[in-house]
Amino acid sequence: MNIHEYQAKELLAAHGVTVPPGEVCDTPQAAKSIAERLFAKGDKVVVVKSQIHAGGRGKGTFKSGFQGGVKLCKSPDEVFEKASAMLGNVLVTKQTGLEGRLVRKILVAGAPPIKKEFYLAVLLDRASARPLMMVSTEGGMDIEEVAATHPEKIVKETIDPAIGMMPYQARKLARALGLTGDLISAGAKLLLGVYTTWWECDASMVEINPLCIVEALGGKEALVAVDAKIGLDDNAIYRHPDIQVMRDLGEEAPLEIEASKFNLNYIKLDGNIACLVNGAGLAMATMDIIQHFGGRPANFLDVGGGASKEQVTAAFRIILSDPNVKGILVNIFGGIMDCNVIATGIVAAVRETSLKLPLVVRLEGNNVKAGKATLAESGLTITSGESMADAAQRIVKLVS
Amino acid sequence: MSILVTAHTKLLVQGITGSFGARHTQLSLAYGTQVVAGVTPGKGGQKFEKAVPIFDTVAEAVRQTGATASAIFVPPAFAADAILEGVDAGLDLAVCITEGIPVNDMVKVKRAMEGKKTRLIGPNCPGIVTPGEGPDSHGGCRIGIAPGYIHKKGNVGVVSRSGTLTYEAVWQLTCRGAGQSTCVGIGGDPVNGTSHLDVIKMFSDDPETHGIIMIGEIGGSAEEEAAEWIKQHCEKPVAGFIAGATAPPGRRMGHAGAIVSGGKGTAAAKIAAFKEAGIAVAPTPSEMADTLLKIMR
Repeated sequence: MNIHEYQAKELLAAHGVTVPPGEVCDTPQAAKSIAERLFAKGDKVVVVKSQIHAGGRGKGTFKSGFQGGVKLCKSPDEVFEKASAMLGNVLVTKQTGLEGRLVRKILVAGAPPIKKEFYLAVLLDRASARPLMMVSTEGGMDIEEVAATHPEKIVKETIDPAIGMMPYQARKLARALGLTGDLISAGAKLLLGVYTTWWECDASMVEINPLCIVEALGGKEALVAVDAKIGLDDNAIYRHPDIQVMRDLGEEAPLEIEASKFNLNYIKLDGNIACLVNGAGLAMATMDIIQHFGGRPANFLDVGGGASKEQVTAAFRIILSDPNVKGILVNIFGGIMDCNVIATGIVAAVRETSLKLPLVVRLEGNNVKAGKATLAESGLTITSGESMADAAQRIVKLVS
Repeated sequence: MSILVTAHTKLLVQGITGSFGARHTQLSLAYGTQVVAGVTPGKGGQKFEKAVPIFDTVAEAVRQTGATASAIFVPPAFAADAILEGVDAGLDLAVCITEGIPVNDMVKVKRAMEGKKTRLIGPNCPGIVTPGEGPDSHGGCRIGIAPGYIHKKGNVGVVSRSGTLTYEAVWQLTCRGAGQSTCVGIGGDPVNGTSHLDVIKMFSDDPETHGIIMIGEIGGSAEEEAAEWIKQHCEKPVAGFIAGATAPPGRRMGHAGAIVSGGKGTAAAKIAAFKEAGIAVAPTPSEMADTLLKIMR
């Protein structure tokens, strides 16, 4: 699960990480009031940030033509103006795809002068099965590019989950960022807070880019998390009711939400051959084989181990809601579940959805003969595939 | 021989009275697997199917029945505890079928298992099958949820993250008359107990395994590590397949671990590593068995 920047900053602040003062809102008038309070407290510049679950906001373009989903403002009126241009408009960034995302909320925050920018992230190192904190002096940059061109500029610290991150590890990283004097202990405290956020919230990733040395009110230097992104482990969400409520369904694809209600794992792609498969690995492999034979998969869809008639029908409905779909490939390896039960479910789903598109079904496994007979005797136009390859070739031909 | 388990392995089942655990315990018993005990706290003293004694703790089950391996079917929130209970009881092998365990729970489990003798397979895996000699491979050791009848006793080792893709490979082999020594599903989670490489090393050392099918998927770098080792050390023919060439980056494809992030873990990189290591790469998942059998001749 992903959350918005303002929510990520709330979680970080709750674990002792300094973030710029600010508030989220959904009207230009409220944005102006927040800005007035920030200016009154001494901020000289205030930033208005579109809240969507996608990166590249600053360089994005609204469908209205307005440039930039993140804007610096010098007066409450300017905040009102920028907020009006963002709220209720669709922002297109390099991560949103052409359809873009509707901006429903904006974060209005203080923007003290930045002296230096760093990169900071905590994630799981799969190879060691331990948490890893990485920092870089190349803040504000695309970290994948830094990793490719200047790997030496990324400093990593592996954390022992039995004891957690130790202060000395945080100080080491603070020094690696070139921090000196009072900023070393301030930096170490912030880094420890970021790690605690990652661990306590069951995050899959916490990324702060940039982490900045800013000139705080009164002229002193301070470290603050100017931007923040948190991804959460879906498997652990059940134990975080406070984070569950942060889920923003407006940021998720409607078909994927619908699928999740039936315990179906559906991901929409941009091809025209839909597939319905049991098992994640087989579902990926089915997409691959469609492409191998010159077709384009329209989706990933895993109906799980024990696909029921209700699930199969729901799966057909979801697949058919995608207007690009020109044909369907069902690939089921019924190891333990009865292929005839699946076949009955397919026949029912075809009837219920009045399917007109070409359908190829490849069934294999337990009671497969009865399953194939059920399909053949249904009187419906269902093409049978003998193997995965045969089925994939048939659907590609039928669709082209 | 085989790897990890034989027809004589004594198995206990943690979560034997849950519907999922009960169903698959019945199937394992029907397959001829030596299921000697079940564990469900509070139900000690009862019997499963009037035959298998149930204990309150794994330690008691091990002490009284000599079980050395466990199949774990407990719900995700309790799975980490169940695994470590098996470790504490001194099991040789714990096979965790449970899907949906919080990643940080597995990070803790993995840390706690350092230096312990127990090997963990999974979680989020179909389990292990060492086929038997009877009809439909009856009489073998089936731990987990794989369909037993698709197997056949023989000399091909199969290792995979995915359940149904493993069954696909096994069935292709069996249909072509090629049996299996042992089939291991290591699971689709980002943190698992046993890696492709661990299993490949065992197959490499097993005199009964003459060829290997290694099935991987996008995410992480475990396939690349196994390929590197194969290049240096493995003298047996290996065929491979990687699922997820068409998966969009940044999206989890069903399995928690199947995600291309930060440009890492792509199918293209894994396939390149396989080819570099001399592994015969199946062009489609329909040709996993044929690809191996061609190089085994």
